[in-house]
Amino acid sequence: MSDLRIRLVQSLGLILAIGLFLLFYLIYNFNHPRGFSSQILIQNANESFVLVMVGMAQTVPALVGGLDLSVGAVMTMINTLASYLLVGWPLQILGGIVICLATAALAGFVNGCLVVYGRIQPIIVTLATGAVYMGIALFLRPTPGGKVDGDFSWAMTNDLFELAATYGFAGDGDAAWFRPFAWLPLPLILMVLVVLLVWLPFKNSVTGRGVYAVGSAEGAAYMSGVRVDRCKIAAFTMAGLFAGFAGLYLTLQTSSGNADVPQAGAYTLNSIAAVVIGGTSLMGGSGGAVGSLFGALVIRSISFNFRIFDVDPLLQPLIEGIVLLGAVSIGAARIFRVRNKLELFG
Amino acid sequence: MTALGMTAHVQSAFSGRESRPILIACACIVVILIVGTIYTLWAHGTASFLSPRYLMQQLQVGAFLGLVAAGMMLVILLGHIDLSVPWTIAAAAMMATAVGGPLALPVGLGLGVAVGLVNGLGVAYLRVPSMIFTLGVNAVLRGLMVMHTGGFAPQTHSTPLMEFLAVGHILGIPMALFVWILVSILIVVMLRRTPLGRYIYAVGNREAAAYLSGVNTRLVLISAFVLCSTLAALAGVLLAGYSTKAYQGMGDAYLLPSIAAVVIGGTNILGGQGRYTGTVVGTILIVLLTSVLSIMQMPEAGRQIIYGTVIIAMLLAYGRRDRVTS
Repeated sequence: MSDLRIRLVQSLGLILAIGLFLLFYLIYNFNHPRGFSSQILIQNANESFVLVMVGMAQTVPALVGGLDLSVGAVMTMINTLASYLLVGWPLQILGGIVICLATAALAGFVNGCLVVYGRIQPIIVTLATGAVYMGIALFLRPTPGGKVDGDFSWAMTNDLFELAATYGFAGDGDAAWFRPFAWLPLPLILMVLVVLLVWLPFKNSVTGRGVYAVGSAEGAAYMSGVRVDRCKIAAFTMAGLFAGFAGLYLTLQTSSGNADVPQAGAYTLNSIAAVVIGGTSLMGGSGGAVGSLFGALVIRSISFNFRIFDVDPLLQPLIEGIVLLGAVSIGAARIFRVRNKLELFG
Repeated sequence: MTALGMTAHVQSAFSGRESRPILIACACIVVILIVGTIYTLWAHGTASFLSPRYLMQQLQVGAFLGLVAAGMMLVILLGHIDLSVPWTIAAAAMMATAVGGPLALPVGLGLGVAVGLVNGLGVAYLRVPSMIFTLGVNAVLRGLMVMHTGGFAPQTHSTPLMEFLAVGHILGIPMALFVWILVSILIVVMLRRTPLGRYIYAVGNREAAAYLSGVNTRLVLISAFVLCSTLAALAGVLLAGYSTKAYQGMGDAYLLPSIAAVVIGGTNILGGQGRYTGTVVGTILIVLLTSVLSIMQMPEAGRQIIYGTVIIAMLLAYGRRDRVTS
């Protein structure tokens, strides 16, 4: 019983994020003329995927108590790189994906090495490397452009039925056994796959547990024999990898590469917001990527509602800002719980 | 830590340990000037990079970044950061041009004070980490300005006083430089000679200790955030005078360079350590670096890469922290 209670308290942020998401998303669907339809779900999942991945990317460095200000830049760099590589035979496309993800992980690895061996603050390191990655993106695509395999990008940004129809399996998507789940949007499936195949195995690995330990108390972790250096490098490498997923998907969505500096900045800032709303402490040590997934969904579902309720476009940034400020101020609730004022100074 | 160790620490903090970054940054400025001169000699046959007029121009442009960096430094000294600077700059510029007349300057600066108060209250009383609270304030300010301007560049223009402060000259020296110098003197006096200045370092080093010593740490936090936002607002008002009007996103180009200038100048991003001279040197370094790269007609891609590499290289030279082993 008390175990359950502890677990509940520990994942309060996650529960809050899920609740907020359900609230906003249900309001949206109830008021949409075609609410609860597969079409709407596909569209929304598409619009959310990139932010979800960037939010998850930001989570891992946040868990070790650092921030990665280069996630937007890595995403953009991979976007420009992928706009050259996602063409040709299926095997070529697969190779392109592998190259893109490897580059993204390498970018994160470089961040990690600079943080660990350069012993510089993560914020500053990633501020600087972010400029470098943005430079590489601008070098790859001085002007927006590029070409992406049409079938592949169509299949990846639609539902399972279209995937089957495009690549001709399961009777072009019409097979009886395939029907019940043919409506599932690919981006949603990919999100779940990333969580199940990338995040959870990492979190439960020795290194992943170490990431949490280092974030809670670096000195104690070191004394207990946690490989602090390895954990930190792994955290930043994971951030790069997740940002790589975001960049790849952005390429599939837009069918082009664009070294858009303001867009990269906006994604970096929103990724921090997603992490905070998702209940991960920026001090490190508690939270997780699943929370950030829902944090990103909260941010997105708020803007979905703008469309339904015909909010004046000029008011939208203000409402988004107030919601963001309100969400981060929720953390202030802890000041009512402290018994000793010194606890506040952490 | 023993009393002896403490004294040694304090002594080292005010001698070699803090002047090294400044010396390296100065050396870096000289290198940039030499490289730039060699390039102009080779490309145009003139040493235009060393002409007083050109250097004055750079200092004038640098004054805007210098003002922002000065405010940012105060906040960083506390171990906090102010990410609301971009839209504080833009909002101050927009409000100042919108009001116009003799009230333009006070309204612009007043907006800065108000933003600083909000930031300070959020950080000092709600204890929300400054990085996310100021991020939220930035978003709100952006929303307010989009609502105010309709998402376009406002049609209003800057007042003659704003233009004079930004582009006017006295004795061949730009007014903006005078403003920067005046602000710099005030900040150095504040940091070195007033209780507030000493408290800023104390809170940055260990807030709990400062609190237990009877320092009103909340007031220190709020003061620093108010000063930071006011200086950003001043920079915004001057920038509007420089380009005769305000526009969307005019502050975006100042956030990261101002943080970089402070850090390159040797201020510890975790707070409690750093000298104002360093911030000035860091600002000049960044302005000159940007200028040399644009004279060399370096494409944006190369500029970004060199910019990032220089920051990392300088920090590797002196920004290294101690390992955490206990």
